[in-house]
Amino acid sequence: MAVTKEEVAEAIYEIVKEYQGKKKFKASDLTKAMIQKYGEAEVDKKLCKAAIRILMDSGRCVYTYFGGSFIELPPEEGVER
Amino acid sequence: MAEPGKNGTPMLDELEKGPWPSFVTQIKEAAEKNKMSKALLSLLERSYHERIGHWKHGGIVGVMGYGGGVIGRYSDLPEEYPDIAHFHTLRVNMPTGWFYTSDALRTICDIWERHGSGLTNMHGSTGDIILLGTTTDELEPTFAELTANDFDLGGSGSDMRTPSACVGPARCEWACYDTLALAYDLTQTFQDELHRPAFPYKFKFKCAGCPNDCVASIARADMSIIGTWRDEIQIDQKEVKAAEEAGLNIQRDVCNLCPTKCIEWDGKKLEIDDENCVKCMHCINTMPKALRPGKDRGATILLGAKAPIVEGALLSSVLVPFTKIEPPYEELKDMVERIWDFWSEHGKNRERVGELMQRVGLGNFLEAIEVEPTPEMLAHPRENPYVFYEEYYEEGDEEEEEEEE
Repeated sequence: MAVTKEEVAEAIYEIVKEYQGKKKFKASDLTKAMIQKYGEAEVDKKLCKAAIRILMDSGRCVYTYFGGSFIELPPEEGVER
Repeated sequence: MAEPGKNGTPMLDELEKGPWPSFVTQIKEAAEKNKMSKALLSLLERSYHERIGHWKHGGIVGVMGYGGGVIGRYSDLPEEYPDIAHFHTLRVNMPTGWFYTSDALRTICDIWERHGSGLTNMHGSTGDIILLGTTTDELEPTFAELTANDFDLGGSGSDMRTPSACVGPARCEWACYDTLALAYDLTQTFQDELHRPAFPYKFKFKCAGCPNDCVASIARADMSIIGTWRDEIQIDQKEVKAAEEAGLNIQRDVCNLCPTKCIEWDGKKLEIDDENCVKCMHCINTMPKALRPGKDRGATILLGAKAPIVEGALLSSVLVPFTKIEPPYEELKDMVERIWDFWSEHGKNRERVGELMQRVGLGNFLEAIEVEPTPEMLAHPRENPYVFYEEYYEEGDEEEEEEEE
């Protein structure tokens, strides 16, 4: 069964959550991690891009800028709002 | 807090004394009706006295779903200057070629006076409309009003920055392709790359219609698309004569200043050896009625320029010496995607594509993006004939050479 963008989004979210505050990920880091996890036959860059968009549009993840753009969980006050 | 205009800002007042328009005067005008602008003046005056900036930028601000377009800016003295504790910048995608109606300008200014400091910078170095100074709470309402009026945010951070173009064929007869159409097409095609940062660092497109390069793409754009031609410069001999009669010294001001000395003038007829012309535009700029670019027009695509930030400045290098630039631009866009794929895979954090080219070597880079090397890509012939690049040998080349020996 092919991997869906929703499943990839969930897997990306879990990585970001696990490393929050310890390591910052760029979109390309997460794409590489997903290709490694599911294999090139199942996941490609386009699917990862769609998965990241799901996370951003839902507000579960946000882009941050610290000398480069990274994907992180929203800060606490952002979640509360 | 210092009061602007009542000798409370003596150092800033000095900046109004020259013959030129002053940003201080503009901020003072805005300060009469906006408390953010008023506080900004006071903090700026303090910075001049202390010789230290009181701003930090970056962090976690933006609008829902977008990773670009908002540059977070905070004062390090929030308790003393609460009105400008946040002073975020919004980058708004400008109309291609910077053509506005006066209604559009009023709309942007009205939105910004409602939600921000009222201060703008028209335009930023990437070309965007820059709205200077608002708070985190005002970002979403501002974005909502902008989009309701058909404006969108531009790029910032590690994304494709808002593509920019010179005025092109709209106002310039030297445009060798439709810069406005290409910049618009790139903007629409790469919306995801513009709004959702996924690159190692920023990537800028600039479309210049002719080698005059009015948008300075060769020094600023990661990909410069510079209009050019591959046939002969068009000459109107009557106008050449007219230029001379009007006082132009053609030998001194045109022929002698040609970098390849490919122009001859015998007092009656101007001749150009087009094979040796390097398209510097000097002769055309000097005699605009007499000389015009050729008729077989297209563009040279160059890659890798950048201003000095993390490392030193780079000028862009030729990638495609000549190509026709016509919709739907598929060849160009395919090449861009190949470049982005390789850069995303191999680029280090904050490494521009020009720096990556230097690090991996032009040969490896061209191979990865599937572009054939051509002589136009070289700045000059190699200086050391004893250096060989074995990795460029095809498999079996060595055996063939041995057999020949």
